[in-house]
Amino acid sequence: MERGDTERIEITISSRFENIELVQVIAEHLCENAGVDEDGSHWIGMAVREAVANAIKHGNKLDVRKKVNATFELQGYELEITISDEGQGFDPEKVSDPLNPQNLMKTSGRGIFYMKTFMDQVSYTFNTSGGTSLVMTKNLAKGNGIASTKA
Amino acid sequence: MKATNRTVDNVEIIALQGKITIGSGDTQLREVISNAVSAGKTNVLLDLSGVTTIDSSGIGELVGSYTTVTNRGGKLKLLHLPAKLNELLHVTQLITVFEVYDNEREAVASF
Repeated sequence: MERGDTERIEITISSRFENIELVQVIAEHLCENAGVDEDGSHWIGMAVREAVANAIKHGNKLDVRKKVNATFELQGYELEITISDEGQGFDPEKVSDPLNPQNLMKTSGRGIFYMKTFMDQVSYTFNTSGGTSLVMTKNLAKGNGIASTKA
Repeated sequence: MKATNRTVDNVEIIALQGKITIGSGDTQLREVISNAVSAGKTNVLLDLSGVTTIDSSGIGELVGSYTTVTNRGGKLKLLHLPAKLNELLHVTQLITVFEVYDNEREAVASF
């Protein structure tokens, strides 16, 4: 696969933690095949891991009958990743800032922060029929945050 | 995740190997620390050189471990941080919480 190609991959998993790595590996391989270095691919894979974990735990509440869908769309250097669950949604405004000194020693609440650190953009869509879709984008042609990519 | 314990100069050195991720090593780490503290071992040095993968749940368990040990009047310090774990602690500013060492002898002497 040459950089700049178009690629679309989709996978649907049941809400089990052991399935997280399946989706993470797809993200990392897609990035490596697109020419992203090992570190850059790792950080994008970690953002995907956090998104899928949230979808399973907070979205689908560990209900294995509920599915998590992941789509990866690469157009040129633009990677768009969508992670969808069948949960009730949440208020992004109520997500606490893990860098706030009051929250520093909390044992949870860093997943979304890591996603935002490793990706260019993170947004949510709350579907009227239920379920939440998390959309993350990354330009693979530039280094961003601590996720470095080959120029 | 696999944990191997040994004691050096009243410091419990716990070497962790493998993944510390949601639904896997995170709960195991909690048990390992709980068992050490229950056994009266409150000077804890976590050797993380063998950790291959960690996520936000694993990071959260490291924080929880620190709190558990500190609340018992002990200290928890980190040894041999893998580069990516180091990055994760830096971006969340948790690196300011933990004492981190690259040398075991120096780490043990610091307790």
